Amino acid sequence: MAVHNIIESVNLALKEEMKRDDRVIVLGEDVGVNGGVFRATIGLLEEFGDNRVIDTPLSENGIVAGALGMAVNGLRPVAEIQFMGFVYYILNHIICHAARLRNRTRGRITAPLVIRVPYGAGIRAPEHHSESTEALFTQIPGIKVVVPSTPKDTKGLLTSAIRDPDTVIFLEPKRIYRAIKEDIPEEEYTIPLGKARMVKEGKDITVICWGAMVRVVETVSEEAEKENIDIEIIDLRTLSPLDKDTIITSVEKTGRALVVHEAPKTCGLGAEIVALINEKALLSLNAPVLRVTGQDIAVPLAKGEDYYIPSVDRILQGLKKIINF
Amino acid sequence: MLIDEYDPLKNKRLQILDENGNVNSELEPKIEKKDLIEIYKYMVLSRIADEKAFALQREGRIGTYPPLKGHEAVQIGSAFAMNKNDWLFPVYRDMGAMLVMGVPLDLIFLYWMGNENGCRFPEGTNVFPIAIPVGSQISLGMGFSWASKLKKEKAVTLISFGDGATSAIDFHDGLNFAGVFKTPTVFLCINNQWAISVPRTKQSASKTLAQKAIGYGFNGIQVDGNDILAVYAVTKEAVDRANKGDGPTLIEAVTYRMGDHTTADDASRYRSEKEIDEWRGKDPIARFKSYLGSKQIWNKNFEKETRKEAEDLVDEAVKKAEAEPPPDIEDFFKYTYAEMPWHIKEELEELKESLKE
Repeated sequence: MAVHNIIESVNLALKEEMKRDDRVIVLGEDVGVNGGVFRATIGLLEEFGDNRVIDTPLSENGIVAGALGMAVNGLRPVAEIQFMGFVYYILNHIICHAARLRNRTRGRITAPLVIRVPYGAGIRAPEHHSESTEALFTQIPGIKVVVPSTPKDTKGLLTSAIRDPDTVIFLEPKRIYRAIKEDIPEEEYTIPLGKARMVKEGKDITVICWGAMVRVVETVSEEAEKENIDIEIIDLRTLSPLDKDTIITSVEKTGRALVVHEAPKTCGLGAEIVALINEKALLSLNAPVLRVTGQDIAVPLAKGEDYYIPSVDRILQGLKKIINF
Repeated sequence: MLIDEYDPLKNKRLQILDENGNVNSELEPKIEKKDLIEIYKYMVLSRIADEKAFALQREGRIGTYPPLKGHEAVQIGSAFAMNKNDWLFPVYRDMGAMLVMGVPLDLIFLYWMGNENGCRFPEGTNVFPIAIPVGSQISLGMGFSWASKLKKEKAVTLISFGDGATSAIDFHDGLNFAGVFKTPTVFLCINNQWAISVPRTKQSASKTLAQKAIGYGFNGIQVDGNDILAVYAVTKEAVDRANKGDGPTLIEAVTYRMGDHTTADDASRYRSEKEIDEWRGKDPIARFKSYLGSKQIWNKNFEKETRKEAEDLVDEAVKKAEAEPPPDIEDFFKYTYAEMPWHIKEELEELKESLKE
């Protein structure tokens, strides 16, 4: 065991998988000599050479199209997009090709690639660097969307993503890249995709969250305890496909639920989760399921982003509305 | 080398066999007699299959279909120049090239009939399924060839696309990355003058499309796309270069789309009969036919036999495609992921249940 933060865990997972499997290739802008703008790929070029750690021209579309072609031709590329604000160029290749190649060739051609994207607000970054548009991807059948929230999960989930036979969008909560350190196993391990993590069991209300919001919700839980509200926290880990069983079992137990996410409320993944609870566990509910999310506005720049990101206070207020219903 | 010599900036366009069947013997590629026959058979087969597809659409037996008439030389000539390990990333109008590369004709019909099974080519067929989003195959195919290079495999990827696709982001990304990483790629731009109703002159102010390669750091060459000898010779050279590690080439094959964009289009809305007539005189099959005549390969009997053989193949393929049972409902669901997730299973069960009522 050794202590690592999330960004180091990304690096460890990449390194181990590159050692284990020659087909794993890392490519993107600044991933080589510079070790990535967040240093996720530091040391990889030196260890694996420039045929496996590739600095590319500055085009997200080209990076993902190239990685996709590599995946079709038997490699296991891991492409890095520097910020979620620049990810939209890749949508055509994801929607029209990566997500449907297996289907349109009836299983003959597949696209096992991983696209790593740092996402989310809270680091006082310039415009277009703070988006959280995961729901654009969770609406696409044929790909998986994964978001870790701890160093240990990061390594295990990224390892699984690289080994997964389908395209995985791996969203990294950059706000907490270096905020959390924990002991993680030195040896390789995987965490299955599609399975949520029970962060904390509780009896009064289920709070469903992911990524950087998990840590905020943990603080909320401590505050709520002072008022005798016992929260059950679910970290989804995989946003597509959703872990229905963990969500529904929990809601059936607590009878109340709150979804917390950074993305805008309208058509955010929270809406899907509320619909799922409605379809599967309506009669267990003692109160409406609410959402505390980013607003339906552009993510404000540095001076305003704290109004946008769900805060401990806003989440607490949401909780109380449900408890006091 | 043709590719070095025929500089598009010097207004050079490679032609070996002209409209009247005259051959430039200095440049004439050496093709064995049996291959010449094979090439002609594929040209005829493509045209007859194309006419059949058009007729089937009009009878409501297949869906929207993009006719290839006029493209026989560029499709057959380029595909014939490829080696066994090479891969084709075709444009949607590429039936002829796909046939040469081993895609069964019945599968092509099946696909246009609206059955995904038509896109599952037999193992060992080095053809990517056609890309409908225009130009997206260019960057994707580049990535595929990049992997061949990284894996140190001797395999070239030929990517075909139209003149309209040169305006797409993927043309830039595909060629730019290919230039930087020196990938073993042949970019075949089938310039047929029209992207639905938009003429070539409105796609780009560039005098030729071939010269765009220069900006990406490699060679481009313009070739008469209705001259199968020229298409074959230049593709072969580009494939050999790529195999030797000399990187990518852009070939601009100048041709004409004789038919509508698709069976849902009406080209008379935007182009004149006069223009089509001019191109009728440059027909790729007629030209190659007279070449074979001069080689004492073609005669009326040969023509009759070749056509009969092609018609039989087409009839058989149509029969086979139409006899294919409708796809199993599960097939629409089960290939979305390697393993079906719970929600898709649930949706499948719901659909099955709804059909029982």
